[in-house]
Amino acid sequence: MLNSRLRSIIRKEFIQILRDPRTLAISLFIPIMQLFLLGYAATSDVRNIPMAVWDQNRTPASRALLDAFRAADYFRIAYDVGSEAELRTLIEMGRARVGLLIPADYDLRFLDGTAQVAMVLDGSDPTVGSTALSAAQLIGQAHATRILNERMQRAGATFSLQPPLEVRTQVWYNPDLVSAYFMIPGVIGMILYAITSMLTATAIVRERERGTIEQLIVTPIRSWELMVGKILPYVILALLDTLEVLAIGHWWFGVPVRGSLALLLALSGLLLLSGLGIGLYASTIANTQQEAMLISWMTLLPGIFLSGFFFPLEAMPKVLQWVSYAIPLRYYLIIIRAILLKGVGAAAIQNEIIALAVFGVAIMGAAALHFRKRLD
Amino acid sequence: MPEPVVVAENLTRLFGDFVAVDHVSFRINAGEVVGYLGPNGSGKTTTIRMLLGLLEPSDGRATVLGYDAFLQTEEVRARAGYMSQKFAIYDDLTVWENLSFYGGVYGVTERARIEATLARVALGGHEKTLTRSLSVGWRQRLALAIALVHQPKLLFLDEPTSGVDPSARRVFWDLIYDLAGEGVTIFVTTHYMDEAEYCERVGIMREGKLLAMDTPANLKAQTLPGPVWDVFAAPLQAGLETLSVTDGVLHTGLAGNHLRIITRPKMTVRRLRAALTAAGVEVAAVERGEPTLEDVFLSLAKGD
Repeated sequence: MLNSRLRSIIRKEFIQILRDPRTLAISLFIPIMQLFLLGYAATSDVRNIPMAVWDQNRTPASRALLDAFRAADYFRIAYDVGSEAELRTLIEMGRARVGLLIPADYDLRFLDGTAQVAMVLDGSDPTVGSTALSAAQLIGQAHATRILNERMQRAGATFSLQPPLEVRTQVWYNPDLVSAYFMIPGVIGMILYAITSMLTATAIVRERERGTIEQLIVTPIRSWELMVGKILPYVILALLDTLEVLAIGHWWFGVPVRGSLALLLALSGLLLLSGLGIGLYASTIANTQQEAMLISWMTLLPGIFLSGFFFPLEAMPKVLQWVSYAIPLRYYLIIIRAILLKGVGAAAIQNEIIALAVFGVAIMGAAALHFRKRLD
Repeated sequence: MPEPVVVAENLTRLFGDFVAVDHVSFRINAGEVVGYLGPNGSGKTTTIRMLLGLLEPSDGRATVLGYDAFLQTEEVRARAGYMSQKFAIYDDLTVWENLSFYGGVYGVTERARIEATLARVALGGHEKTLTRSLSVGWRQRLALAIALVHQPKLLFLDEPTSGVDPSARRVFWDLIYDLAGEGVTIFVTTHYMDEAEYCERVGIMREGKLLAMDTPANLKAQTLPGPVWDVFAAPLQAGLETLSVTDGVLHTGLAGNHLRIITRPKMTVRRLRAALTAAGVEVAAVERGEPTLEDVFLSLAKGD
């Protein structure tokens, strides 16, 4: 059903993609690289925070406290120091993030219930700082409660100390709160959105740079055939990338695929409309491949930050939240996380689907109109 | 009266305030080889772009193969061939892939037609060569093959020989003559004066205006105000200065190791020699020259 014009341009585009090792590498390996980088490095899970301890007490009581810190895997007692200055130096050098000071009279004051220990935190990384803060408080409280209970038992109490209220938490979808489960769907969205738009933009601008676009215009090829023929190979490439990242995400990082894969692919196609539209638009303004790259990247980058990829939208100022409604990736990230992690069907995410479709059609339509004008 | 293939009437194109093509009118008949001669920026490419419907005329109109060049572009483009000065070749494709791609775009998919097109530009046997590694002359022939693949009856060649060495240029012009012999109408722009001599008719462009269009012989006979001379004298610069103020000398110019001048009809060798000797310039020889299109161009260019 494809006419010979469309067939020719698609075949030519594929030959060019396959023959250009750089483009092929960008389109196949960069996604994997991003996946591993973001899957491992961009994790907000805080574990094994290095801690320096100045234990001036050195009694069984102080060692018991340190054991409590060791038992929780938030902290790693990395340094045992002999002065406050030493502790300060370690934190300044970044070797330790947390310092724990146990006073010399710790075990004595422990008996009359006035024991205090000091915790010094490096707040320059707020994520680590706040996690360490709450973890330290929890460990301290739990330790205190346990000692209190022990003491009461020894004193002959028949009941144990029980707080009157307990919050029983239950985490759905990602019970271990693994960051990778959150990041990998984001990577898929970013690849569909960013890489394809940049590849499309440069592929079209390359024709202008080499003067081949003028030759194509004087052939009987129609605007839409040229556009579709140039874009379609990148759509296929992008969907291959999606499957590739999804497969590695699933089998390597263990990201669950709870919803329908077909639904996900179909909705990925909707996001592609927006991404390709941005690329197409960039190609109509840019005169060189570098310009095209820059324009699409400048358009995409703020969008990626405001999409909820790295930072939760709920935490942003109201104005930025409003702006985020104009970013197609935002809707896709909600969709893909919902399908993969929650296993929902289309009904649960219908508003996002509609928004994504509207943006896709609008961006692509505007770009197509502009593209046509530049041709004629 | 032969049937016109291209008719331009007051064709004009402005870019902002700049008049790229200024009320140009001409017609090209079937089977003619017409050259369009002029320096870079004189409006040659802009004219071709309007004839192919790539640019909208600001004023005037053009008919190509009986169709309106701007309103019926699809009809024109399906029947005309175009070779741009940039040689629209994909460097990362082979000779065969390039040609079969453009063939497919024109609906030409039979291998035999592609093979025949390659053979006629003498690129047979190089199908699998990556075009990146071809010499300029070969790339030029591939670009011509691309323009020919759908067997057009009208061919627009925009500076097809720029940057190509003289022997490759000669091979290329032989190809053009073969095509013309088969009845293909050819419109070719160039800034090489010698190439223009090969054309049946030549249009001379300057600053957007078509100054004249005729056979090379008629152009020489009608636009030159008098005879052309080659003056060998020393020092050359002093000779040039002297002649440019000598009564009866209309145009002076340097031509390599001698002076090329155009004078009024009644000029004699003796008067030229006398003027130069009086100014202290030593004269080796003064000879009547064979008029060329370069003289025509010089004379037209300074004649306004």
